[in-house]
Amino acid sequence: MDPVVHLSNAVAVLGQFPVLAGVNLTVNRGEIVLLQGPNGAGKTSLLRLCAGLLPLARGEAVLLGCDLRTQREAVRSRVGLLGHANGLYADLTVGENVRFWGATVGASKPEVQAALQRMGLAQRLTDVAVSRLSAGQKRRTALACLIARRAELWLLDEPHAGLDAAARDELDATLRDAAAAGATIIVASHELERAGALATRVVEVVGGQIRTPYGEVA
Amino acid sequence: MFRVARLIAAKDLRVELRSRVVTNQVLPFAAIVMVMFAFALNSDAVVSRVAPGLVWLATLFSLLILVQRSFAIENADGATDALRAAGVDPSGIFLGKAMALAVQLAVLELVLLVSAVVLYSTELRVGGIVLLLVTFVAATVGLALVGTLYGGLAGGVRGRETLLPLLLLPVVAPVLIGATRATESALGTGGATVADGWPWVGLLAVFVALFSVGGTLAFGPLIEE
Repeated sequence: MDPVVHLSNAVAVLGQFPVLAGVNLTVNRGEIVLLQGPNGAGKTSLLRLCAGLLPLARGEAVLLGCDLRTQREAVRSRVGLLGHANGLYADLTVGENVRFWGATVGASKPEVQAALQRMGLAQRLTDVAVSRLSAGQKRRTALACLIARRAELWLLDEPHAGLDAAARDELDATLRDAAAAGATIIVASHELERAGALATRVVEVVGGQIRTPYGEVA
Repeated sequence: MFRVARLIAAKDLRVELRSRVVTNQVLPFAAIVMVMFAFALNSDAVVSRVAPGLVWLATLFSLLILVQRSFAIENADGATDALRAAGVDPSGIFLGKAMALAVQLAVLELVLLVSAVVLYSTELRVGGIVLLLVTFVAATVGLALVGTLYGGLAGGVRGRETLLPLLLLPVVAPVLIGATRATESALGTGGATVADGWPWVGLLAVFVALFSVGGTLAFGPLIEE
């Protein structure tokens, strides 16, 4: 077992309000973990904590072997967060976006090309402006950026939202391939049927805590 | 830091080349402001006397648009969050965005200076060329640095469009004053000599030093909030 995420009694606070109230979670390399739970349960906050965007108020968080409290930048450079937005520049082409994000970690041209290839963007879409892409193509471009950035831990917030059936199938295949290639993926989704079929493990988030299948706090 | 800065600057300039916002919107806006000043003052003597100030005022108004545009491209699809989440060096982001802004401002100022010569009958003196060039470089860099810093500050808050001018204009007052006086000296407006202009360039240099250090240090915490 190679734990990529290890949270122990992790507490995060937004203003005065505790959004995560003592989370215990371990995710191993190559796993695809689905976070499920009602709106406001803390799924997005958990993803943002793992991405180093939400400060850890109490507890322990070790990601990719780095302590989130003291090595936040090291964690960030190895984690990819894909939220409701794609983080793309609409006026640039697909290739330019992937090259840009790859260049932030010093990715070589072959690495960028491989990322485009893996997402099926290398043939017709490389020179197309992002503003002209469909929602599914934008999602694929954003995932290509994560690959080019060499992200080892993918944090995806509602990745299926706004995609048609074909694009969802493509996305699922991509995520399975990425996990098989060694990426660890945590997905927050309301679409239990689809995301549940994709996941190797389902975790329930309620009231800022992880619940076991028996309804107890983990 | 400088590798990231070059990367961000190249990206911002490429976005502007594609969208042509500077050429299609900001340059015409600045030209219209210059023409409106000429109409409002309605006197060749007065316009000629105040031309340096008008050039820098038009630059400041245009700066507001450029800064808002610079951060709008980051916020449109969550790229600011993505940059933070990717651990991209915030000092590099600051310097890169300032570099791109400085290039756009330089193009704009060149057009404004030519407009002033044509519209306001301003005369360029050979003796003042060096002072004029140094003034334009120092003021451009100063405006780009402070614009980027305050653009980052206002970028993450609600009502950023109205907040930015409120925050930015008082802070750039020293640049407006220093650049105007130095430009007057370079052009010989109102009997000013070239020697009168250099102390104002010194003020601009202090401003640049202050905001390059302060901005590089403060930009990270600013975009984290």
